Amino acid sequence: MKTQDTIAANRAAGTDTLIGYFPLGYPSLAESIEAAVAMVEEGVDVLELGVPYSDPVMDGLVIQEATGEALAAGFKLRQTFDAVREVSSRVDAPVLVMTYWNPVAQYGVEKFASDLQAAGGAGLITPDLIPDEAAEWLAASDAHDLDRVFLVAPTSSGERVKTASDLSRGFVYAVSTMGITGERQEVDTLARGVVSSVRQQAPEQFTAVGIGISTSEQAKAVNSYADGAIVGSAFVRAYQDGGLPALRSKVRDIVSGLRK
Amino acid sequence: MANLRDQVGPYFGEFGGRFVPESLIAALDQLDATYQAAKADPTFVAELAELHRTYTGRPSIITEVKRFAALAGDIRVFLKREDLNHTGSHKINNVLGQALLAKRMGKTRIIAETGAGQHGVASATAAALFGLDCVVYMGEVDTQRQALNVARMQLLGAEVVPVKTGSRTLKDAINEALRDWVTNVETTHYLLGTVAGPHPFPTMVRDFHSVIGNEARAQMLSEYGFLPDAVAACVGGGSNAIGIFHAFLDDESVRLFGFEAAGDGMDTDRHAATLNYGKPGVLHGARSYMLQDEDGQTLESHSISAGLDYPGVGPEHSWLKDLGRSEYRGISDAEAMEALRLLSRTEGIIPAIETAHALAGVLKLGKELPAGSSVLVNLSGRGDKDMETAARYFGLLGTD
Repeated sequence: MKTQDTIAANRAAGTDTLIGYFPLGYPSLAESIEAAVAMVEEGVDVLELGVPYSDPVMDGLVIQEATGEALAAGFKLRQTFDAVREVSSRVDAPVLVMTYWNPVAQYGVEKFASDLQAAGGAGLITPDLIPDEAAEWLAASDAHDLDRVFLVAPTSSGERVKTASDLSRGFVYAVSTMGITGERQEVDTLARGVVSSVRQQAPEQFTAVGIGISTSEQAKAVNSYADGAIVGSAFVRAYQDGGLPALRSKVRDIVSGLRK
Repeated sequence: MANLRDQVGPYFGEFGGRFVPESLIAALDQLDATYQAAKADPTFVAELAELHRTYTGRPSIITEVKRFAALAGDIRVFLKREDLNHTGSHKINNVLGQALLAKRMGKTRIIAETGAGQHGVASATAAALFGLDCVVYMGEVDTQRQALNVARMQLLGAEVVPVKTGSRTLKDAINEALRDWVTNVETTHYLLGTVAGPHPFPTMVRDFHSVIGNEARAQMLSEYGFLPDAVAACVGGGSNAIGIFHAFLDDESVRLFGFEAAGDGMDTDRHAATLNYGKPGVLHGARSYMLQDEDGQTLESHSISAGLDYPGVGPEHSWLKDLGRSEYRGISDAEAMEALRLLSRTEGIIPAIETAHALAGVLKLGKELPAGSSVLVNLSGRGDKDMETAARYFGLLGTD
């Protein structure tokens, strides 16, 4: 299933969209697969499965610790495709993969795209790959009909917002605030500006807001001006605190606010 | 191979670029524009030159070391004495340049990463001189092996943050500095200390350090009347090496040698010999050689020298290696420490452990270069900061 169709269907139905992140291999591959499936069962619309990486410069401590634990437990890159295959066979939601660029570059961009497509994955979110450096990925994602989600930031120029929006497929990832992943009290001020810049530069493109969103109220507020809210660290922290039941409860809590 | 000197980023062949979060692009663009404007502004050029004359102590001298050279064989050895710069290493060249740029950009806070502490000390020094706030990220492992430098930075008014993630060394200090920068980019300049990282850092940091080679080349010609047959330097991220290489890139008669840390040895997997054993990949914002596993996860490097203990290297070195213009070889901890001891005993100059890798390389070159060859070495730093490590290594502390 394509991400764009899911967001479009929600919009047509007047429903908010929740995009949920969970790191692969945390605390084990099998448990991360169960966690991802559970998130969709509780109402997450789009999954973002994170590939653990040794140098996650865009991530705060919660996700650093979880992905570090996954690597220490022996996570291997090829397990990404096993996990995507199993998750996408069990849930009716687009499964995106969030990965830093070097693992993809070493695996081979074309081969990664081909294997991701074969596994039923929807596409990639690439936090440290800007469109300027993405020629190989643009070609591979076109060839394999994959979503590609670039980021836009509060500091991005209008020209850069336009490029990232035009080249993104699925949605554009609007970085809500200057900073790394993690829960924050306040996300709205800068996020509204980023979303409105995307709307202006690329009126047809969907925009989801991420970084710092951890509560039902924040997710609801973001959906009032964007096409979706992305939640990551709050889900990982719930799992760290209380395993699968706590994760399910956290997803339910956010979804209940969105569906009011 | 003409005009290698004219190469500028973002790309050095297939290396370099900008592999960073979009949030940093505006700051990198601002830095690039500010640097380009400053480079063309005689006021800036004069201000930096005056600082170097009256504060750094430039030009640094060249010392011919005959007793040390005799140990290497039938060669002459010349040291470019960057150890005599204020703060004790070449790092000040880049730091003063970037601190001036930070002021031009209206930034009030600088952050820096440091391994051995030399760049952290230099950054803290510039922050004190220019009245800027300064935070230095340093791997927890390095804060222990370089405790005196931590105290120096604190005395200079900087906050030193021990980094407890990952391998707790230089690589992780850079990660943490990048996270800080993404968060505080409006007020903060990231004063990156080596020729790695996203464009414009590799080009800009090289330019600030090229004063080393420019001076040395002119000094060799004016004081000795010839160019050296070889130029040697240690390579971690590669800033002191590119600084002395750059002036000689288009002198085809001059061979260039970079010496990487081989840690426990080139036949072990505990080393930091990125250009010898790494593969091209993306780390800290640029494509370059790096130590990594088949999944693209960065591998931990190993070296007795904190400043060379880094699994990446600047993109221009990767380019020069693939062109065959520079040769890169490994020097083990034991070889470096022996060279440190020998230079101290024969010349009364105690080099930094990083620099000792280049000196060990020269001892080997003496056996293979034609008789009568002359080698210019970048004596990039002094060994004061390494006294505890050296005293322990040589059993001079009594209780160990």
